[in-house]
Amino acid sequence: MQVYIPSPLLSYTGRREVSATGGTLAEALADLERQYPGLRFRVVDEQGQLRRHMRFFVNGRQVFELGHALDPGDSLHLVQALSGG
Amino acid sequence: MARTSRRPAARKKPTPRRGGARLVLLVGTRKGAWLFHADPARRAWRVDGPHFLGHVIQHMVLDPRDGRTLLAAAKTGHLGPTVFRSTDLGRSWKEAARPPAFPKAAPDARLPGRSVDHTFWLTPGHASQPGTWYAGTSPQGLFRSHDGGVTWEPFSPIHDDPDYRRFMGTVQDGTPDGPKLHSIIVDPRDPAHLYFGMSGGGVHESTDGGATFAPLLDGLEVVEGFDPADPAFHDPHCLRLCPSNPDRIYQQNHCGVYRLDRPSRTWVRIGRSLPKRVGDIGFNMVAHPRDADVAWVFPMDGSTVWLRTSPGGKPAAYVTRNGGRSWQRQDAGFPREQAWWTVKRQAMTSDACDPLGLYLGTTSGELWWSRDEGSSWRCLARHLPEIYAVETGEPR
Repeated sequence: MQVYIPSPLLSYTGRREVSATGGTLAEALADLERQYPGLRFRVVDEQGQLRRHMRFFVNGRQVFELGHALDPGDSLHLVQALSGG
Repeated sequence: MARTSRRPAARKKPTPRRGGARLVLLVGTRKGAWLFHADPARRAWRVDGPHFLGHVIQHMVLDPRDGRTLLAAAKTGHLGPTVFRSTDLGRSWKEAARPPAFPKAAPDARLPGRSVDHTFWLTPGHASQPGTWYAGTSPQGLFRSHDGGVTWEPFSPIHDDPDYRRFMGTVQDGTPDGPKLHSIIVDPRDPAHLYFGMSGGGVHESTDGGATFAPLLDGLEVVEGFDPADPAFHDPHCLRLCPSNPDRIYQQNHCGVYRLDRPSRTWVRIGRSLPKRVGDIGFNMVAHPRDADVAWVFPMDGSTVWLRTSPGGKPAAYVTRNGGRSWQRQDAGFPREQAWWTVKRQAMTSDACDPLGLYLGTTSGELWWSRDEGSSWRCLARHLPEIYAVETGEPR
């Protein structure tokens, strides 16, 4: 599937669009971690929780569970919901 | 009794640093990091930065054991926390392969799992243990690396101790940007002898390399109406061990300035001799590296709503030269009025030169220094982001 990377994570991927595989969001993030070490911990904490201002959209719809099922043709957007000064 | 002195002490001719050592200031801010390199005479500075522009850099420390390994505790906007590492003074950086992180809690765990929000404090390990580093985090956690900061592991029993978890409180109890474990101190005579502070949660000591810790609170005051015997009500802001006498520790606490002379376990409040209009509340503490009777504080206004600004808008350091029996005001060079900044707990430090250099960074993004042990101050840089940490290092 295509994965769209927010600018704060470009230091890991070097590209806005990358590919990942996995039957769930958790598996896709694990695949991204294999390709881009360190990326996963910046968006998911050690208790398996999405970090507070990270958002995930699958085919334009927000998902909240790492167990969310994915298809190979899905598009996944990682978004950082910025706030503060 | 404190007295005010605006006249600089008699100037001593600065002695060259040991072996012609170079000096670098390591400045962590809310929006990145800067390095300021001193010329050999410590008169002019070359700025190098920003590094990690836009990242929150809570602390940046150069390993005094190798003069090469530089660690920076970083958090980027809303991304998770990490540690960056450089061995070429910041020309290149590499992220830790395993940053500090708590273990994932088992489903049946008695205590809820926790997640590191940011690494707040970095301490190089004992001289006999090259490659060992300690890190303190928010929320309160103690971590150790044995490979120069590449990989980190939780190593302390406090993380899963119900009593310690109660001492730590919750995010609601902590400082505005999160409760913190800080001031990790390794006794230079014994790598198994450790201290740390928790805001909140008190001062704690281990004599067995971190296998066990115990509170070290006698004599410390807490906010009126609370039980001083309960570590949960204690808020040490900064602990500094005296290199010239490792049995002496100074402490700036939420409730005053203290001194502890081991083997005693009772802290003595030495801030009462500061002027009443200034008080003895602040964040930082600096101990002279060669004279354990000499230490500095930088008081802030801890009255009414806890302003955390320079008292009266008139910033000043205070120095004691007799272990806290009396203090002298040092404000020559600072703004005389309408300066409402303060100095955070990691943002005041010294070098090892003679006379000693002092350095501080302000919440308004100014970097100040003194090359005469605080007798006079000058501004080294302005318009930086809010400064969180200032450290010195001697690169090799």
